[in-house]
Amino acid sequence: MLLVASQALTAGAIAANFNTARPTVSKHLQILMECELLKQEQNGREIYYHLNAKNMKAIAEFIEPFRQMWDDRFNKLESIMKEYKKNELH
Amino acid sequence: MEQKTKINAEDGKHDLTITREFDLPVDLLFRAYTEPELVEQWMGTKVLKLESKKHGSYQFETTDPKGNKHGFIGVFHDFIPNQKITRTFEMANTPFGVQLEITEFEKLTGSTSKVNMHVIYESVAQRDEVLKLPFAWGINMAHNRIEELLTTFKK
Repeated sequence: MLLVASQALTAGAIAANFNTARPTVSKHLQILMECELLKQEQNGREIYYHLNAKNMKAIAEFIEPFRQMWDDRFNKLESIMKEYKKNELH
Repeated sequence: MEQKTKINAEDGKHDLTITREFDLPVDLLFRAYTEPELVEQWMGTKVLKLESKKHGSYQFETTDPKGNKHGFIGVFHDFIPNQKITRTFEMANTPFGVQLEITEFEKLTGSTSKVNMHVIYESVAQRDEVLKLPFAWGINMAHNRIEELLTTFKK
């Protein structure tokens, strides 16, 4: 993450900084993309990765994962209790 | 899309609030906090003890994907059905200290309700450490997922 903080890089350039197999690095990048922490940008034949600053700000505040944890719990609570209510009526 | 669960944690303060509106009558929302089998489902934890009354105590236990057990313990200081639960919360065997949770339940309409949690920590540093935990878990989960994916690829 620190690598792409200052400039957009290709997957190859990112991998060159790690003593890890290229497919492993690609998987890491894919997951960071899924988490919307990285964004891809096509430049000619190359794909560059750069930080998704909007989401990094939330992460920097360390609040969003905490909020998400509570949101997941409360979503579960709501669906469990709706089901509970249905069963209670029968 | 508007976020259903809202967190308000001001910089440099040792507390935070968590609010959420539910498409549930207030009594059903409150029941989700008091019946062990319901708590187990939505909190994703095992309930070892839950004495839902003033001066009662509770004990939860969660097993992480690696099989390590984590204990969560606390005491109820106030318990007003369908209105308010005041309790302490502590992660056993961790340096995070104890926190005070004041949870208020509010009826909005006959079929909707709201929860308002006020969590007070011992210090600003302690609050910020606890806030960072899910971030660290997220990284661990991402790493576990990478491991799983790679194991699948190898097969």
